[in-house]
Amino acid sequence: MFRIRNIFLGLILIIFVAPIIVVVGVSFNARKQLLFPPQGFSFRWYSEAALESDWLSAVGTSFILALGAASVALVLAFSLALYCWRRLGWQSRILRGMGLLPFMLPPVVSALGFLVFWSSIGGYGQLYAAVISHGVFLVTLPMVMILIGLDSIDRNLIDAARVCGAGRSEVYLTVILPIVRPFMIFGFFFAFVLSFNEYIISFMLIGFTHETLPVKIFNSLRYGYTPVMAVVSTFIVLLTVGGMGLIARFGDLPRLFGAWETVEK
Amino acid sequence: MKKTDSEFRSGPIPGVFATVALGLFFFVPFAIMLTFSFYHKIPGGLYEPAFEVDNYLRFISPFFTQILLISTGLCSLASILALFIGFILTYFMSRMNKRGRTLWLILLVSLLSLSEVIIGFSWSILFSRTAGIGGWMYTLGLLDAPRAFAPGFGALLTALTFICVPFIVLVMFPPLTRLPKEWVESARMLGATPLRAVITVVVPSVRPALIAAFILAFIYSLGSYVLPIMLGKPRHWTISVHITDQALFQANIPFASALSVFLIVTALSLIALISKIQNRFT
Repeated sequence: MFRIRNIFLGLILIIFVAPIIVVVGVSFNARKQLLFPPQGFSFRWYSEAALESDWLSAVGTSFILALGAASVALVLAFSLALYCWRRLGWQSRILRGMGLLPFMLPPVVSALGFLVFWSSIGGYGQLYAAVISHGVFLVTLPMVMILIGLDSIDRNLIDAARVCGAGRSEVYLTVILPIVRPFMIFGFFFAFVLSFNEYIISFMLIGFTHETLPVKIFNSLRYGYTPVMAVVSTFIVLLTVGGMGLIARFGDLPRLFGAWETVEK
Repeated sequence: MKKTDSEFRSGPIPGVFATVALGLFFFVPFAIMLTFSFYHKIPGGLYEPAFEVDNYLRFISPFFTQILLISTGLCSLASILALFIGFILTYFMSRMNKRGRTLWLILLVSLLSLSEVIIGFSWSILFSRTAGIGGWMYTLGLLDAPRAFAPGFGALLTALTFICVPFIVLVMFPPLTRLPKEWVESARMLGATPLRAVITVVVPSVRPALIAAFILAFIYSLGSYVLPIMLGKPRHWTISVHITDQALFQANIPFASALSVFLIVTALSLIALISKIQNRFT
């Protein structure tokens, strides 16, 4: 059984890591070809990616979009979670459902909805339209995380604060916020990374005016493969794995995904 | 003495704010889309307001039947494969220590967040003639000539399964880690082989979650736009590709909207089915 287990896990690990290794490997090719294993070794494409202004501006667009979208998502997610916390009525169920829906529907559908919305009211092709749309679209994971944080608050803490004479705003600032803050930070991170990687909404809304990094990679695939694409892909992979690693390092990732036993021990 | 309200909770303001914001920026777009799906497409131009069901009548055509068949076939196949792999993986993960679990979760969450553009890009290299599997098999003498496997059905199916596995694990992880370890142990003590213990004890107790994971993975793969474009041939294009194609390149927003409405109704009915199944089991 243990042999089978280890063979299975090893195989899955290889398949999961293979695309990452291939992308990173290809980025070191000496000639302008996508060969794996790479032929020769050079940092040439790294310096080229760092010097080409259109790749840099795509990185900039993606950063601004992801920062804005994660902020919008955080504010929305916090409001949703705060309202749903300790409420069981139909209103809270509807709000929870509203928060979960963007995650469950196929993204193409939301993208088309955003497209018709922003072209109807103006704002199509504008960065702010993508920021708001991404923020709404990515509300789910921050909401779930903040709800987990709020639910972890010991009710005695709040009672104690109240008995000691704390007003409502004091309870928020001195009890609730400090406990929930890490969950808000992870939620923000998560939304940031997802927005940075998102393709279809960015493509439909601002694909022809502001190229984000994934859109830029996809567009350049049509004009032939260069190792520069592998370089920027490596950058996104590092950002993604690094972001998730940070969430795991400071927030208990198994717990965030609902393994309650690890919490109760 | 001050009253201690053990049910301290927020006022209505956050709820009102969130409802207004989500209503305006998420539900109004869908309402507009629904309206557009009844509009009239002007040949060679954009569209004009109308109330006609022509866009929906196009669903009764060989063109649409073909899209539906390839979409459901491809995505259910990918979801079944992913469910099989994902279940075994999650089961092994649930029996690891915290460190092992965390490392696997980091890998899976990273893959789940990673842009489909990059996943598609790397698989297209892996399936290419010069740098991928086709070339290596030639070097090993398994193929007479190096060949490319992408674009093709196999390449697309592999990549779709690849993006579904992390999704399955995240749905299966909570129920499988909550399952008391003693259950499998008692089955083993009574003489069941490990495989038998899993099939007779673990699978039945997480059946609702398995069904939910399958359906969610199906919807998830149905939503992929990038992978069918990068790894499939035009006849492998799923409904998501056609929605984008109609909206952006055929300038037919009304028909794209009708296709989207169809996809939303499908997804929502499947999600309703999940909650029905879960209610019956609990």
